[in-house]
Amino acid sequence: MNPNIVEIDNLSFGYKGRLLHKGINMVFPRGKVVAIMGGSGSGKTTLLRLIGGQIKPSKGEVRVDGAVVHQQDRDGIYKLRRKMGMLFQHGALFTDLSVFDNVAFPMRELTDLPESMIRDLVLMKLNAVGLRGAYSFMPTELSGGMARRVALARAVALDPNIIMYDEPFAGLDPISMAVICDLIRSLNDALGATSIIVSHDVKETFLIADYVYFVANGEVAAEGTPHDLMQSTLPFVHQFVHGEKDGPVPFHYPASNYQAELLGHKSAK
Amino acid sequence: MIKSKLLNSLTRTLGGIGYRMTERIWRLGAGARLFFLTIFYSGESFKRFHLTLREIYFTGVMSLLIIVVSAFFVGMVLALQGYNTLQKYGSSEAIGVLVALSLVRELGPVVTALLFAGRAGTAITAEIGLMKTTEQLSAMEMMAVNPIARVIAPRFWAGVISMPILATLFSMVGILGGYIVAVPLIGVDDGAFWSQMQANVDFRLDIVNGLIKSLVFGVACTMIALFEGFDAPPTAEGVSRATTRTVVISSLTVLALDFVLTSFMLVI
Amino acid sequence: MDLWVGVFVALGVAALLGLAMKVGNLTSSQIGPTYSVTASFENVGSLKPRAPVKSAGVVVGRVDSIVFDSKKYEALVTINIDKRYAFPKDTFANIYTAGLLGEQYVGLEAGGEDDALKNGDKISQTQDAIVLEKMISQFLFSKASEPKSDGKEADAANKPADAKSTGVKKTELGDAPF
Repeated sequence: MNPNIVEIDNLSFGYKGRLLHKGINMVFPRGKVVAIMGGSGSGKTTLLRLIGGQIKPSKGEVRVDGAVVHQQDRDGIYKLRRKMGMLFQHGALFTDLSVFDNVAFPMRELTDLPESMIRDLVLMKLNAVGLRGAYSFMPTELSGGMARRVALARAVALDPNIIMYDEPFAGLDPISMAVICDLIRSLNDALGATSIIVSHDVKETFLIADYVYFVANGEVAAEGTPHDLMQSTLPFVHQFVHGEKDGPVPFHYPASNYQAELLGHKSAK
Repeated sequence: MIKSKLLNSLTRTLGGIGYRMTERIWRLGAGARLFFLTIFYSGESFKRFHLTLREIYFTGVMSLLIIVVSAFFVGMVLALQGYNTLQKYGSSEAIGVLVALSLVRELGPVVTALLFAGRAGTAITAEIGLMKTTEQLSAMEMMAVNPIARVIAPRFWAGVISMPILATLFSMVGILGGYIVAVPLIGVDDGAFWSQMQANVDFRLDIVNGLIKSLVFGVACTMIALFEGFDAPPTAEGVSRATTRTVVISSLTVLALDFVLTSFMLVI
Repeated sequence: MDLWVGVFVALGVAALLGLAMKVGNLTSSQIGPTYSVTASFENVGSLKPRAPVKSAGVVVGRVDSIVFDSKKYEALVTINIDKRYAFPKDTFANIYTAGLLGEQYVGLEAGGEDDALKNGDKISQTQDAIVLEKMISQFLFSKASEPKSDGKEADAANKPADAKSTGVKKTELGDAPF
């Protein structure tokens, strides 16, 4: 069996000629927690969409369990997606369904399990994220951290092989963050799944990840275990990991000459 | 110098018109594509009809109040205005015919469709637009659940089923409203009111044609609302614009379709 | 929720039934099995298919089709009559107008023969529709030629031609009694 459940091979992707990714190579070994890190707008979330087959790469390929994602037809992609669970940035809970129905949704849609079994399974999943008591709530009645835990329970409802997390820590208070952090690791080990975390929160990600890829300017800028990266002397990694304001990633968005723009804006046009 | 400026603005205007035209045509094509996909995936949603039932509740039952109340007033106004004109020609008994024919042929289907676009259409667009904005549709797709089969198709069929029912109710309630003004208030003869109506309203030519109209409007209004929601840019502004567009495009489409359908129906 | 949807659909069906029965002519236009007879007219005026066929004021059938006979230059009207009503062979078919400007319908006046009309028979005695313009020009013409008469013609023009008394097929409006 291929030790890597997901492989990204020389992948390029772009909108309207502007390339977001330029030849990215990554592997995600089974049973590991792998993080993809990078600044905002570096195309991390797009990578998850490429793995999920929601968009097609311009060049190169993504293989999930040996199958090339963008060559699959609709049924093939759906078959692959049944092996995946995804936690969206803001949970993406179905606002017209209760917490219970949200977690039950994938079971009801994709399996023929009897309702009594679905009930037990949903309560088990909710218990795993500590929200069994909140099963009757509507998503609008939940706090951000609770909503994300429910979404996590929904993502693992069908015991996926791959769990993808899109910014699981964004906008959470420290306690919720610690809870989610712990859940990601424990769920990964309990299910024997592979987790792919897209994040820019260095501290939490480094705490749980086995391996980290840094993405910058559409390329893999650095990779390694959290320990290695902390010691890295690469300027970009150093700037990112230690959160420095200026460095290889400039504070200013590329612009024309400041002085010329202020003084001679007529002639500049 | 001036000439080149003029030329410049002219090319820009023409370019703008061209861009808008291509965009309209693109949207038309995308809408048609969504329509065919909806029909294609309808089988799945028919198997689980409770989803459609739920949407009938939200689009149909919830629109009931506004339909019934406006139908009542429209009927009463028709009777008042009609009586005012008809009595000049000494044929105030024909008021029943006037009210019934205008409601069954035109006002029932058209006003219902316009109200439906405002009441249910906007709700559909906003709901789907928000589902897209909050990544619910994306999440569904990542769960290997087809959003067209699960979200779009049930709403489509709910709208298509609700519209003729609402239009029929509109006509019936409107006629009752007209009756209340004409008979007890104005004093037109009760028997003449109904018998003239029965003699002149044809079941197939008037009532069934009205039903066909409302069915077509149901398809158009629901599809426009669904497409606008599905196509809305995932921002607050995008959803609000899409909602406005739903009302505008649905209304214009209903009125234009009404003309086309009427001209077909009268030729026969 | 399902209950409400049920109520909603039931209301819709009830409204449709109400429209069909109380407002529309579904009840009155259901005239069961019919037999069809034809009649030719020189002028059918604005008679249309599905117009009522009445006898003694009661609807007994409907006009099925109106076609032009290019050999005789006449209009051939096919009418469906309810099987419950039998008419003698020498029944007379007229085209009347309901009111002064109302819709036109076919009026049947029973003759005296014993044999009844059968499916596919032809009514031989017919009277054409009255065309208002012709009538007015006729009236003005006669007025001009007989300057002394006054008013009587106007009274006569208000009544439809009394076909029974003359008993023959009228071809010209000039034969009408005014």
